[in-house]
Amino acid sequence: MAALLKVRNLKTQFRTEGGLVKAVDGISYHVDEQEIIGLVGESGCGKSVSQLSTLQLIPNPPGEVVDGEVIFEGKDLLKFGANGEKMRSVRGGKISMIFQEPMTSLNPVLTVGEQLVEMLELHLKMPRQAAEKRAVELLEMVGIPDASARIDNYPHQFSGGMRQRIMIAMAISCNPKLVIADEPTTAVDVTTQAQLLELMKDMVRRFNVSLIIVTHNLGVVARYAQRIYVMYAGRIIESGTSKDIFIDSYHPYTVGLLKSVPRLDEQRGKKLVPISGLPPNLVNMPDICAFRPRCPYATQCPGEGYPELRQISDQHFVACHIDFQGKSREFYAK
Amino acid sequence: MQFESKYDNRTNEITEAPPQVSEFRRIFKVMSSRWVVVFGAIIVLLLVLTAFLAPWIAPYDPIKPDLSSTLQQPSRAHLLGTDALGRDVLSRIIHGAWVSLRVGIIAVSIAGGIGIILGLVAGYFGRWVNNIIMRIIDAMMAIPPLPLSLAIAALLGGGLTNVMISVGISLIPTYCRLMCGQVLTIKESDYITAAHVIGASDIRIMLRHLLPNSFPPLLVLITLNMGIAILAEASLSFLGIGITPPAAAWGAMVSDGYKYLFTNPVLSFAPGVAVMLVVLSFNMVGDGLRDALDPRLRGII
Amino acid sequence: MNSMLNDILLEAKNLKMYFPMTKGLLKRKVADVKAVDGVSFKIKRGETLGLVGESGCGKTTVGRCLLRLYNPTAGQIYFEGEDISKLPANKIRPLRRKMQLIFQDPYGSLDPRQSAGSIVGEPLLIHHLVKTNSYGDYRRRVSELFATVGLDPSMVGRYPHEFSGGQRQRIGIARALSCDPSFIICDEPISALDVSIQAQIINLLQELQEKLGLTYLFIAHDLSVVRHISNRVAVMYLGHIVEITNWRELYDNPLHPYTKALLSAVPIPDPVVESSRERIVLKGDVPSPINPPPGCNFHPRCPIAIPDCRQAIPPLRFISADHEVACIRV
Repeated sequence: MAALLKVRNLKTQFRTEGGLVKAVDGISYHVDEQEIIGLVGESGCGKSVSQLSTLQLIPNPPGEVVDGEVIFEGKDLLKFGANGEKMRSVRGGKISMIFQEPMTSLNPVLTVGEQLVEMLELHLKMPRQAAEKRAVELLEMVGIPDASARIDNYPHQFSGGMRQRIMIAMAISCNPKLVIADEPTTAVDVTTQAQLLELMKDMVRRFNVSLIIVTHNLGVVARYAQRIYVMYAGRIIESGTSKDIFIDSYHPYTVGLLKSVPRLDEQRGKKLVPISGLPPNLVNMPDICAFRPRCPYATQCPGEGYPELRQISDQHFVACHIDFQGKSREFYAK
Repeated sequence: MQFESKYDNRTNEITEAPPQVSEFRRIFKVMSSRWVVVFGAIIVLLLVLTAFLAPWIAPYDPIKPDLSSTLQQPSRAHLLGTDALGRDVLSRIIHGAWVSLRVGIIAVSIAGGIGIILGLVAGYFGRWVNNIIMRIIDAMMAIPPLPLSLAIAALLGGGLTNVMISVGISLIPTYCRLMCGQVLTIKESDYITAAHVIGASDIRIMLRHLLPNSFPPLLVLITLNMGIAILAEASLSFLGIGITPPAAAWGAMVSDGYKYLFTNPVLSFAPGVAVMLVVLSFNMVGDGLRDALDPRLRGII
Repeated sequence: MNSMLNDILLEAKNLKMYFPMTKGLLKRKVADVKAVDGVSFKIKRGETLGLVGESGCGKTTVGRCLLRLYNPTAGQIYFEGEDISKLPANKIRPLRRKMQLIFQDPYGSLDPRQSAGSIVGEPLLIHHLVKTNSYGDYRRRVSELFATVGLDPSMVGRYPHEFSGGQRQRIGIARALSCDPSFIICDEPISALDVSIQAQIINLLQELQEKLGLTYLFIAHDLSVVRHISNRVAVMYLGHIVEITNWRELYDNPLHPYTKALLSAVPIPDPVVESSRERIVLKGDVPSPINPPPGCNFHPRCPIAIPDCRQAIPPLRFISADHEVACIRV
């Protein structure tokens, strides 16, 4: 299948008082058509910044995309210029975004209907009446009960889960090719999270879109994502299919993350194995493996400098100097 | 090759922490990066120095009349000339700085002391306590400060002490309202709940937790009000309520000098400029402090 | 030892907390928000009761009622055999020594103008647990507390903003421990922390429980965490407890349809397990506690509801020795 989006060596930096922050430091990934991708990492690892960078939504100053290419449908988006006509038609048109807190991305003084209709008129050049009809359809599709009446409500009249549904409706309203969902379920409860994830999966199938789920919660992507990228300190440290990441996980950080959260189906009595230390401060990072200070195998690590991603199986890539020969998991389990 | 995990289920191993940052140094850095603030701070510092060192740096006695040299134009002997009684204007301004500063400090202390306590109590206990206190404050706010202090001064009689009291009282509402608002927000935060949970008494919560945390905006208000108090004292002195005649006060000097506005303008201009400069400086420092402590306060104070 | 384990430390009986909703200038009461509406449970000494539910279900309010930060509308709270639900304000203070709270937000729960040492030491001074004027005792105790929660005692002079989130949470835990309580309410203590830090705090809480014989009420929305740390788990929905059982039964044999849905919604980080799990996706949203549905609160969303469910609020009843459920369909 052809790659819809191909990001190569993307670098985003922020100039701060303390020094240079390499928030995204040379990441490469690709999204195929109709594929669900998971981008996983802790807060501050650069996962959100990388997504904002591809859409050129990084405020400059202090931030700047300094290197890389973002090939979308064969064209490099970074060459379009942040506020050019072409870029704006991509944003919200071909690529749309869903944010964690829908209340901040919905306009509180316009009704939900007005906002949807505006999108449709702007991007699809629909006539008013058709747009209004389409808006009701979209709300019905995302499961808003009594959509034709509720279309005249304001965002604050909806619950958190309902607002996120409206965001999903807006995201798919202009027939995008790619939807980027940035922590779409972090602000909602588990039962609502399940509803929203099922809905998004449905939308992917129905509208032939690709979806990037950005999240800190490994569990969220396990069920839905075909491929997963794990980020740490601005770089991708492991990528592969869902099975590669969750069953044959390789990088000590990925393994550590999996071992540090309790599982609902675990045999209890085992203690959790926390990752020691703190996530690194990204200001003026030295060019070594960023996980090294927290890595339980650091003493055995043969490499110096930053480990490049290397292929260990068909789709499984990892950035780690150590050759575990498939043993890492057992040693952690001890 | 053997791999051994160094994980031994210990959790007691974090010693690293984010770098220690001095808040004081940060505030200093923000403030010193703006030249108006630095300028204001220098003037304020000069005022304080002048006030304390007045007896030593003033070239002449500010009170003793010298009828041999009345109403002189500025000269080398008298840099700003002399007034109708032959007293050196520069020396009187230097001594006047002490009066202004004292009025500013004491009036603001009265206003701050009473206003902060009232606001603290009103905000913390809420309900009817809040209603009673805030209605009284509302009533005080309905009268503009100058007429209010005029009325109080008229009631208490003239004299520097009464001026300080009247200016102080007229400034109470601003402190009370600001403090009450601060307390209402801070009261809801988790650390105040935490203080309740560990069994802290009401007094302790108010003094140890609410007061220090509402201090930054209060500090800004105190600085800004120093200027306002000095201006109010000058106005009252100008109107003849205030300091008893021979002593030097800037407001009174302006009022004395304006009879000679056309022949000897320096007489009232010099103390006028002094008042303006000092008030302006306090405002600049206050602005700088506000931006350094909490830029979100802009527009509130 | 066995009698110790059966010793009930805390019991809530039919606890209710209504918040009045007022309207207009005269503060006329128009309705009640029934945040907690008749909740009963027991906590044995030394055990952990997990209280789980989604936002707005009243779980935090239960915690605050037990601490008497709120005055409950009705019901009794027995702590060490004594009914504390109607204690006057001046009698609550001694109680604070025995019952403590760990907060969710490690940023908001520490006074930013107080040094870490003073935060941890304040309860000692309030309750006169160190001799007045014996500064040495005070310092020693504070250092000891720092070490207990895994903080370097040399950091007592630092201020909260100079610590990371996980460290701040440790300071909050040290504060809760400082007057040697027997009962600690942990109100979502890890949900504001980074994933890789959460396990550190969970392990610390478990270690402290073993070492100090603490009793926890562990309030959280994350079922997998609650199951990991709790002996028994109570599931709340809209102000009511719908199911209480031990952790094993909860996962192996959940009975209430809400519990089942909640369990199935918790993702498991394993694609193989996930693909074989059946997911129950509930319809709609949690209704408002101002105007809850009649009868069983859950019936509008319940997959197995029958007309009888609308008739009366189902009481908790025993299904087996250690399993109570509030549903007429099981």
